[in-house]
Amino acid sequence: MAEFALPKNSKITGGKEWPKPAGATQTREFRVYRWNPDDGKNPSVDTYHIDTNDCGPMVLDGLIWIKNNIDPTLTFRRSCREGVCGSCAMNIDGQNTLACTRAMDEVDDGAIKVNPLPHQPVVKDLVPDLTNFYAQYASIEPWLKTTTPTPQKEWKQSHSDREKLDGLYECILCACCSTSCPSYWWNSDRFLGPAALLQATRWVKDSRDEATGERLDNLEDPFRLYRCHTIMNCAKACPKGLNPSEAIAELKMKMVERQV
Amino acid sequence: MALSIVHRATGVALYFGTLLLVWWLIAAASGPAAYAHVQAFTGSILGRLIAFGYTWALIHHAMSGIRHLVWDLGYGFKPSEREWLTWAALIGGIGITILLWIIAYAIGGGR
Repeated sequence: MAEFALPKNSKITGGKEWPKPAGATQTREFRVYRWNPDDGKNPSVDTYHIDTNDCGPMVLDGLIWIKNNIDPTLTFRRSCREGVCGSCAMNIDGQNTLACTRAMDEVDDGAIKVNPLPHQPVVKDLVPDLTNFYAQYASIEPWLKTTTPTPQKEWKQSHSDREKLDGLYECILCACCSTSCPSYWWNSDRFLGPAALLQATRWVKDSRDEATGERLDNLEDPFRLYRCHTIMNCAKACPKGLNPSEAIAELKMKMVERQV
Repeated sequence: MALSIVHRATGVALYFGTLLLVWWLIAAASGPAAYAHVQAFTGSILGRLIAFGYTWALIHHAMSGIRHLVWDLGYGFKPSEREWLTWAALIGGIGITILLWIIAYAIGGGR
């Protein structure tokens, strides 16, 4: 069911204002969502000021600066710091994106508001629990399925067939798209969400894969696929510039094509 | 997302607007007295406002529906095309609604 308000224990209350760094000439304000599973309190939004002369240009640099210089308890995921791993996906100034590829200058003047990805259970601070998201990815069976005997060397693919995977294979599973989708917020138990469906399209369109019919059978469901109502938040959110809504439209067309 | 919400809201509004249409039809079938009653309501400022809103809901929902038809056919997914379709549905819906009312007033003289 659609939920328009946060549950009581998720309402944001108060927050600590940390002092500005001493001696800093240029600062930028961060308002960061904090929640600790161990203290039994509601989430809060803490205010930090970072010294921009002592810090890299990206939002992730700012968060790391806070963790190193102000508050070591601040918890977030990060790894590659260059938009390849998808770990630091979070909601920055109202938009799901990667903290490592979003420059602080790109965020409008004023405080940079940082929240975890929307409508997911929070593990701590900016770390969402993506168990369901990964399980859905596993459910589309993201590997090559064949029935013909395995060739001596690799499975071959023509250049034009390989090009069909462009715009699909680049997905890093950061979950920015799925967690921006209202259909996913309200039906994530049954709707696979844009990321898993884009991946499903990637395997359906792979010329080497021989389980296309079976894959489409698994998606032919009022919820798994058809909860997508082309709201387009996913395409707007994707930090890699991919278009899950287009991939889903292709899936829907394939469903029709095989019936006529 | 905003236009997706408007598409749904206009869809819901159309149900209630259609109830008014049914009221009008039943009144027309019932006789001159009942019909005059409905005409008096639709002729009032409030009635006209509702009729104007109903016209816009209908036209907007149709325009937005065409937008979704284009997407369902697999076109218009590029960011520029997506934004164009969205604005076209919004502006087109308002434009056609106003145009319809200008024509209606020109022909009917606001009766």
